[in-house]
Amino acid sequence: MTNLIVLIPALPLLSFLILVLFGGKLSRKVAGWIGAGSIGVAALLTIIVGISFIKSLPETKSYSVVIWQWLHVGNLTANIAFRLDSLSLVFIFVITFVGFLIHIYSIGFMANDEGFTRFFAYMNLFVSSMLILVLADNILLMYLGWEGVGLCSYLLIGFLYKEPANGAAARKAFIITRIGDTAMIIGIFILFLSFGTFNIQDIMHLASAKWAIGSSLAVITAALLLGGALGKSAQLPLQTWLPDAMAGPSPVSALIHAATMVTAGVYLIARTNVLFSLAPIVQTIIAIIGALTLLIAGFSALAQHDLKRILAYSTISQIGYMFLALGVGAYSAAIFHFMIHAFFKALLFLAAGVVILVLNEEHDIFKMGGLRKRMPVVFWTFLIGSASLSALPLITADFYSKDAILWFAFSSNSGGMVLWFAGIIGAFLTALYSFRMIFITFFGEAKTEPTFNAGKLMTVPLIILATLSVIGGFIELPTSMGNFHLFSNLVNNTLPNIAIKNVEQLEWLFQLISALIASIGIYLAYRFYFKKPAYIEAFNHSRLNHFFEKGFGFDKVYDVLFVKPIVWLAEIDKKDIFDQLNISISRLAIWGNHFLSIAQNGKLRWYLLSFAIGIAFILTLMLTK
Amino acid sequence: MLTVPVETQILFAGILFFLGLIGLLVRRNLVFMLMSIEIMFNSAGLVFIIAARHWNQPDGQVMFIFILAVTAVEVAIGLALILQVYHHFKTLDVDKINKLKD
Repeated sequence: MTNLIVLIPALPLLSFLILVLFGGKLSRKVAGWIGAGSIGVAALLTIIVGISFIKSLPETKSYSVVIWQWLHVGNLTANIAFRLDSLSLVFIFVITFVGFLIHIYSIGFMANDEGFTRFFAYMNLFVSSMLILVLADNILLMYLGWEGVGLCSYLLIGFLYKEPANGAAARKAFIITRIGDTAMIIGIFILFLSFGTFNIQDIMHLASAKWAIGSSLAVITAALLLGGALGKSAQLPLQTWLPDAMAGPSPVSALIHAATMVTAGVYLIARTNVLFSLAPIVQTIIAIIGALTLLIAGFSALAQHDLKRILAYSTISQIGYMFLALGVGAYSAAIFHFMIHAFFKALLFLAAGVVILVLNEEHDIFKMGGLRKRMPVVFWTFLIGSASLSALPLITADFYSKDAILWFAFSSNSGGMVLWFAGIIGAFLTALYSFRMIFITFFGEAKTEPTFNAGKLMTVPLIILATLSVIGGFIELPTSMGNFHLFSNLVNNTLPNIAIKNVEQLEWLFQLISALIASIGIYLAYRFYFKKPAYIEAFNHSRLNHFFEKGFGFDKVYDVLFVKPIVWLAEIDKKDIFDQLNISISRLAIWGNHFLSIAQNGKLRWYLLSFAIGIAFILTLMLTK
Repeated sequence: MLTVPVETQILFAGILFFLGLIGLLVRRNLVFMLMSIEIMFNSAGLVFIIAARHWNQPDGQVMFIFILAVTAVEVAIGLALILQVYHHFKTLDVDKINKLKD
């Protein structure tokens, strides 16, 4: 049964090939159903494989399939081989299932777009690459998937390429993630040089056997891999590409820039956790980066006007939580938060996509308002998504996942009060900006009239995702309430357990605090953005607000530090300074040609004179010898 | 018999040669240039005669007859070419017939 995992990435790839090769001949309807259907079948296979995997868990807690040998040069061997364990099972489930819902939604959303088949081809290629990334059994194949998703991200951000700004956003995303990828490939080279294999499991075993904790090589390698993860997951300091990536169509933002691809960094760190446990400094840095990112992105989200940019910053912030969890060693909490986040963030983006579509591409939330009555399905699903994002206590799934992260940020051996405090401030901000969105967009007076109603193809995926955003949390309940650990029991087959301090009896207190904080955030959002007091109006025009809106000015700093000098250098080097050396040789030849061709003036008597002078010269030489 | 020293004879031939050369360089008319070439040929032939007389060897005079034959042939071809040139360009000025340059 588990051999079917081969088909899971193969089907979207096949569908991609069909759409690319015969896309022009297919009708929109057929192209759409091939695109979505292949993901649907992959999702079905994932469920079948998942059930049979959990039912008869193998001794090794994993299952590998080698398809063929990819490379074999000297002692370098890389196979096209897939490895299913509980970590990759969670990821392929989210990718195929959420991916399927988003594809269905896209059939409705993209219905009038001229690049319909191109869109589905790219989306299929993305899903296939992402599945290869998470299923790969060696790090080289994983890198193939890693670059594949980067490519698809680039193609889809620039999907509406007629707008030059979209192309610029696509290039920005590609180049910034490339910075991280370069670090990562160097890390992969170091791993290969040290252990002579690409197989992830072998590397992990050899690393824990050969490298001492805190040895410089382990720290360097972990830091380089972290660089790749930071780029892909849009964490500090490489986070600037994600808000601009919202130039792509909404389903792209939902699938790639919220639910799946941006969590590839989380996957990478969880997958190579052994390396990070060998480098405790790097792991602490991960936690600090996560905490800083979630705060910075939280403040930035609070000041945005563009509905999708709010969601983009909230994505950065939520991935910050996952990094925080990874940093304190709470791997299962990070993966749990990834799954729940995928549900509600896909939901939020899809709902935002509907809002923007029916309002004729209106992105500014201050020009919306009063949409609650006009589009009830979208309102209720968006409300559930936002409630989940702000971790509304007890009923929403995110309460359980975020609460776990906050608890572990405090109670883990490597955690502490500061990390927890950053997390709780972030949770407060999250609640505030989520409900700011709700109150401004859906309440108040109507400013723009919807042009049409969204069809069932778009609303049904919203409802399914909204349901999951609520009930998804009940598969993992904290020790203090219910003590039900279905998810972490599954994931801990692959990932190490977290070691916590002896403060377990305090867990309820921390839950109470985070529940209170989330509720206060929602209440304050109501006070600030529903009642609209004057001081909020004043703050909206303040410098600080502007600073938040520009994402803490990172773009400007990078512009001055990197972009300007490079453009300046390129400007200087326009004439190719080093080429001048080579060009001068040809210049010399051309100059010599001109010089000699003066003699070829066609004057016979001139030739004769030079003749005579030559003879005189030779004779003189002979006579005076 | 009046004897002129051999150096004077050679000098005479040399003057004749340079007259021909100068004529070749300063004249622009092709016919005159051909005539100058003839003068140079003849000065060279004269040197052969002088040498034959000096060493009492007939080879030099034989060589001169050769040169005469070659000159005759050369003049025939040269004049034919000049006629063609004139036919084609309607001029015999060498400075104007300079189509073979870049």
